[in-house]
Amino acid sequence: MKARLVLFGIGALGFAAVWFAGARKLDPMGSYHGAYGEILNAVSVPERHSTNVVSAVNFDYRGLDTLGEEFILYISVVAVAAILRKQKDEEEEDEDEAPTQLREAPDSDAVRLFGVGLVPVTVIFGLYMISHGSVSPGGGFQGGVVLATVPLVVYLCAGAKTYLRIAPPALAKGGEGLGAAGYALIGCLGVLAGKKFLENVVPLGTPGEAWSAGTITLLNLTVGVAVGTGFVELISSFVEELLRKAEK
Amino acid sequence: MLGHLPYALAAWLILWGLYGIVTSRNLIHLVICLAVLQTSTYLILLAIGYKAGAVAPIYADMPAGTVAVDPVVQALMLTDIVVEATVVALLLAIAVQAHERGGSLDPARLCALKG
Repeated sequence: MKARLVLFGIGALGFAAVWFAGARKLDPMGSYHGAYGEILNAVSVPERHSTNVVSAVNFDYRGLDTLGEEFILYISVVAVAAILRKQKDEEEEDEDEAPTQLREAPDSDAVRLFGVGLVPVTVIFGLYMISHGSVSPGGGFQGGVVLATVPLVVYLCAGAKTYLRIAPPALAKGGEGLGAAGYALIGCLGVLAGKKFLENVVPLGTPGEAWSAGTITLLNLTVGVAVGTGFVELISSFVEELLRKAEK
Repeated sequence: MLGHLPYALAAWLILWGLYGIVTSRNLIHLVICLAVLQTSTYLILLAIGYKAGAVAPIYADMPAGTVAVDPVVQALMLTDIVVEATVVALLLAIAVQAHERGGSLDPARLCALKG
């Protein structure tokens, strides 16, 4: 451990020296003068009718990058499910290991009452964030994660079995695939209309309304489905692993 | 000098995250240290996109032409957060399997290879 710390100390000093030399010449914070961001801030509302410029960048101007981002999420969900899947040799080993305590419903009424109050608020807030992604801060990624916490609250309040009943893994898997495919298919609308992939070909509507900004809102919906179900699928992988251990 | 504070803070976060990873005796703790390390990138991205006196790039309730910060780095930061979440999830899954196979979460005790 001591040799490790000495080695870390040497590396940290070297890192700090290089960092100091590099950051010294950088412009101080607040003196931004990049042209690209200013152009986007100026054209987002007139061109795309999206009052949230960050959403316009993510789902329109750089929409292809977000498609890649969505596939990163998809692949990692598949990878976690593959790592935590039921192993063939799992039955024969770990015989001597003490069974893990299964998380059953808590005895506390306070936790249950809090959960009952939290679930509807979270559902509405998540849906609001997804549907207003082109108007105000939020969007499919943020709203999807908010929605994915709903089954987690249920897990805390009612235990693992109820969790698996309200968030069936088959449904989560289907939603994840559907969301990711939906993004690519909406991108193909542009191709079908004789324009480019992911080009905004849907009517743009009035800026500031929920159903505005064309494909930006539609893509937010598919991302919301993909991210929400993707995170539920991630949590399910861990919960199922826990249940399998408890059954032994 | 105060304008360079975010860069120094980012370096501080990187070093403490690395220190945690180097000295970690628990795989879960190690994953959290990696997450701390990665927060430094958020700080850098926001710092370089910030313009003095500018507001968030949301034009829902402000007139066109209002000076706003760079939306591109904010979009990049969103990507960054998604990647961090997936990396943390993957590493935690690997930690669960490591505990299952090796019976310990201490990285120093995970040396034995079984074929």
